[in-house]
Amino acid sequence: MLKNLRRRVSGTTIAMWIIGFILLVVVIVGVVRTLMIGKYTGADWTDLFVYGISQGSVYALIALGYTMVYGILRMINFAHGDIFMAGAFFGYFTAIVFEKNGFFDSPTVDGKLVLALVVVTLVAAAGAAGLAILLERIAYRPLRRAPRLVPLITAIGASFFLEYSFLGLFGSGIKGFPEIDALKGRVSIFGVEILKTQVVVIVASFVMLIALWLFVQRSKMGKAIQAVSEDKDAAALMGINVDRSIMITFLVGGALAGAAGVLYALLFRQVYFFMGFFPGLKAFTAAVLGGIGNIAGAMVGGLFLGIAESLFPNLVLDGLGIPAPYQLKDALAFLLLVLVLIFRPTGILGERLATKKA
Amino acid sequence: MALLEATDIHTYYGAIHALKGITVTVDKGEIVTLIGANGAGKTTTLNTICGIYHPRQGTIVLDGEPIHDMPAHTIVTRGLSQSPEGRRVFGRLSVAENLEMGAFTRKDKAGIKRDLERVYELFPRLLERRKQLAGTLSGGEQQMLAMGRALMASPRLLLLDEPSMGLAPMLVDLIFDTIKEINAQGVTVLLVEQNALVALSIANRAYVLETGSIVLSGTGQELLNNPEVMKSYLGID
Repeated sequence: MLKNLRRRVSGTTIAMWIIGFILLVVVIVGVVRTLMIGKYTGADWTDLFVYGISQGSVYALIALGYTMVYGILRMINFAHGDIFMAGAFFGYFTAIVFEKNGFFDSPTVDGKLVLALVVVTLVAAAGAAGLAILLERIAYRPLRRAPRLVPLITAIGASFFLEYSFLGLFGSGIKGFPEIDALKGRVSIFGVEILKTQVVVIVASFVMLIALWLFVQRSKMGKAIQAVSEDKDAAALMGINVDRSIMITFLVGGALAGAAGVLYALLFRQVYFFMGFFPGLKAFTAAVLGGIGNIAGAMVGGLFLGIAESLFPNLVLDGLGIPAPYQLKDALAFLLLVLVLIFRPTGILGERLATKKA
Repeated sequence: MALLEATDIHTYYGAIHALKGITVTVDKGEIVTLIGANGAGKTTTLNTICGIYHPRQGTIVLDGEPIHDMPAHTIVTRGLSQSPEGRRVFGRLSVAENLEMGAFTRKDKAGIKRDLERVYELFPRLLERRKQLAGTLSGGEQQMLAMGRALMASPRLLLLDEPSMGLAPMLVDLIFDTIKEINAQGVTVLLVEQNALVALSIANRAYVLETGSIVLSGTGQELLNNPEVMKSYLGID
């Protein structure tokens, strides 16, 4: 018995646990020292935290597209980040029309502004959803029965195709998303001063996350998508149109990514052809963190990653005497991915992939 | 009269010629069974009938309508459903949701409700467990669910693939009693079974498959008394 156990614990495993332990010590030392130095005030931490939630909810929206497509096709749609970029572009073009017509001029939030923002988001969602469906129909469906590597390479190709199409069509310059006067400054919620744009982003994201959750868990179509994800032939035997379910999955994922593009543009006010790359990778990371294929996992993973990359650089690295901790937030996000893959390959909420039917 | 007429069916897996000209007819109200060894083509026959595979040659006609070119999800709407080999229930959906998926193509709310009650009556165990995830059910319960789910399509012809596979003898009896009951309620049954003895004993007619061809057919009783069948499939000398 004991002999068996000893044989199973290999040198690599021990090395991994030692690395894990060292990392844990580094994190604890960093946090304690940062807090002892007391460079940041409580308000600073709240700011970082709220910023993390807003960033994370955008990641969550994008991550859902990765995770749903993975769930149904066992494929990573690497072009998904560019669907998000396309959504931001569609939103941008709609927004400048509203801006020209004075919809963003009012100093307070009024009906016109709300209407404009809703329309901008809907146009972005619809455009991105349309693009996602086209992508599935043209690039992925013909490869449905090909070995798994083939659609993956196609997805990377599609990603470049979208990026350079938008570069060619709209130039390489960064487009400034219209500034909305009514959303400037902060608002006090439960005594915490929060940027108004962040409030909008967080509320809008959560509404969409809840809507998506209800769609998947409660609606007949949502359950059909779950059924197709589990077993395509058995689903077809129930009368479920498998191709249509896959199309709807791309549609829903694309719409969420498109809406996320608008929210991202509201936060950072920058729209350009390459903007989907990093958020796309981060959202993919978030999906893996939460457990790829798991919808709740994508939501949790997105929020977790957003908060982690917002808080951790200052919280952990500052105390270790690293001069510009915030510059390391991307490195930190992917370090987190590597750590999760090593110590919990199934993600936070994931099931064991090995036992899952392929 | 014939509800299902599959004539001279040839099905291929890539280059492999899996079904070599199979002809099967099922009359209204019958229980017909296909028996044969592993790899004889029983499951392929069922999957060709319900549209998972398409025959390269031959016709399949359900109640006068050719169905061999239809996708599987359309054939369900014509009144044909299958409880597949290995049950294949949706493990991450609840029992009730699995049954809901069985009625996916139907719009008649009252009819769905009636059929749901019928399924719960046939399998009271499913009613007890309706909120449980199907993946957590026992093998026997999953078999009941797979059959109940197929019944939710309100089929005229029900295809059952290996309903007794991996079940305890007592459960096998229960499942076969239920098949007889379903048949008595007016559902025609095409049954694929490894357990030839039980299958032949409840079947009106039977076909024996061997490597993609039908080698024998007759009434259940005839085949039960056939020395060849007894030797090959019942293990009786």
